[in-house]
Amino acid sequence: MDLIPRVRCLVWKELLELKADPRLFGILIVAPMLQLLALGYAATTDIENVPVVVVDADRSTASRGLISRFSASPSFAIVDVVSSAREVDSYLERGRAWLALSIPSGYGDAIASNRPQTLQLIADGSDANSTNVALGYATNLLGAYSQERGVLDPRVQVWFNPRLESRHFMIPGVLALLLLAITTILAAMGIVRERELGTLEQLNVTPLRRWELIVGKLLPYALVGMVDVCLVIGIAVLWFEVPLRGSVGLLFAMTAVYLLSTLGLGLFVSTISSTQQQAMMTAAFFFMTPMVFLSGFIFPIENMPAFIQPITYLIPLRYFLVILRSIFLKGVGLETVWPQAAALAAWGAAILTLAIARSTKRAA
Amino acid sequence: MNAIVVKDLTRRFGDFAAVDRLSFEVAKGEIFGFLGSNGAGKSTTIRMLCGLLKPTSGSATVDGVDVSRDPEAVKQRIGYMSQRFSLYERLTVDQNISFFGGIYGLDRTRLDARRRFVLDMAGLAGRERLRAADLAGGWRQRLALGCAILHEPPVVFLDEPTGGVDPVSRREFWRLIDHLSASGVTVLVTTHYLDEAEHCNRIAIIHAGRLAAIGTTAELKQVFADRTIVEIRTSNAVEAMRLIERAPDVEKTSVFGTSVHAVLKHGERDVDGVKARLEHAGVPVASIEPVPPSLEDVFLDVVEEAG
Repeated sequence: MDLIPRVRCLVWKELLELKADPRLFGILIVAPMLQLLALGYAATTDIENVPVVVVDADRSTASRGLISRFSASPSFAIVDVVSSAREVDSYLERGRAWLALSIPSGYGDAIASNRPQTLQLIADGSDANSTNVALGYATNLLGAYSQERGVLDPRVQVWFNPRLESRHFMIPGVLALLLLAITTILAAMGIVRERELGTLEQLNVTPLRRWELIVGKLLPYALVGMVDVCLVIGIAVLWFEVPLRGSVGLLFAMTAVYLLSTLGLGLFVSTISSTQQQAMMTAAFFFMTPMVFLSGFIFPIENMPAFIQPITYLIPLRYFLVILRSIFLKGVGLETVWPQAAALAAWGAAILTLAIARSTKRAA
Repeated sequence: MNAIVVKDLTRRFGDFAAVDRLSFEVAKGEIFGFLGSNGAGKSTTIRMLCGLLKPTSGSATVDGVDVSRDPEAVKQRIGYMSQRFSLYERLTVDQNISFFGGIYGLDRTRLDARRRFVLDMAGLAGRERLRAADLAGGWRQRLALGCAILHEPPVVFLDEPTGGVDPVSRREFWRLIDHLSASGVTVLVTTHYLDEAEHCNRIAIIHAGRLAAIGTTAELKQVFADRTIVEIRTSNAVEAMRLIERAPDVEKTSVFGTSVHAVLKHGERDVDGVKARLEHAGVPVASIEPVPPSLEDVFLDVVEEAG
């Protein structure tokens, strides 16, 4: 077994090089934390204090009860209560209110006699994202209210993320994204840099074997990825209080499987790039951006056009997102996520095989 | 057994033969120079001899190992250094040595001994903690050489090892090559500097992938045995060249610094005729004397002949 020492030697060298480059070190350790903090706070789709204008045509105890429900919720802030629907326009046009709740006259009587009653919600659709979220909140609030009063029984219930906190949903996704960005780009640039420097050629005339070179080059970045995972999990659980309901061991095992794909992709990118800039651009724009958009990280796959949906099956991020969210929020084990794990492993094996075949050919 | 035996070695890239039926042998301990213009096939040949590139046809053995059949075994027996002095710039001198020592599989005792040898040889003792990126050209070059011979290979390939290095460092570098050769190491070196070729025991000139000439410098200079080279010192070299270029007894001319070299077809008896021709045309001739051929004369002649 005189083969392992050479791999160890390469890993040692690679880590020394990383340590010797403070800029790169910063990218590896500081950038993930900053990104997580930024995305954890900014990329949240939660909204507070949505300005609401209320048209109270009823002016009854029941209508005031409903309004107080809205004002008591942290999600809403009542900007004004008016008596005529015509007054609503100016509030919405000037953006002073995003929502208008219209309580018709006779509301109090209808509630008292248990008759179904329709309420009108008018929303400013110019910022569709925020409005959707605000409408969702309002519908939930009304649903809960009517359930209490026994008027309607909508039975709206949300599982796993009962308060529908998007942060709980986003942060595990951020972990997947960071790993993809860091390990893919670093691995690709690390290999191309050696080609630019001529050290790759120098290594090729040594007895170092192909597999030793590949393992020795990729393993250090896998280690870096694992350190980042620890950092991100730490911040997610301790700072953002994201529940980690599943097994930490399984989380790390799945991360290792995922790293096969990201590092394999990095190696592949290195075989089609001749400069570090090219490697970076190829990785970022050709592979990572479409992957993020099509993975379900931002846009639900179910909402995509039918002809695009099959493409999402080709994206490893898609599987890892499901695995991560399942482990974090649902606390399920391998018995549930094995199809995704298998798909991820297959993807990793395929890209690694392709990349190794290409890199061998290039050296010949 | 010779250290390097090349027979009909050929490498094609598509229709283009970068190396074309090349044959030569290098004895153990010899310093063998490889001369040729850019694109003549020098680097392609070295890459094949190092096991980096598969020959299209023909054969080559290095230290008795066939390069096409067992390229990995070749790599154990050779040291290779390119013009890029490929070192890890972010690592220190010491770390570079440790790294390449580890890749060559040296154990701790041997690595320590070789580390001392390389530091001493490269004049880097006391600079172990400097980053390779911060080393001046000559030191980088010697460190790169040191890292390439940590495992004491019997054969060393140097691909334009003195490019971009100052003259003092170049001289120092050749002193190291002489030492290596004296200790029995075979050195195959390519260079652009013809004055450096004088350090080689034997020289091969390759042109368009083919062997154009081979031998010691004295043997190579025999191509001028039947001809005379005269050096003409004149204040008007351009006019002098124009005048004698097409003279019947002059084979060819070339500019050497401020003087003109003319190759005479029939030896020294043409000297007076050339002198008269120049003076007749009003070009002052300070001196016109036969000179021994330089390696540059030989190189230009051989390359021209090879077409």
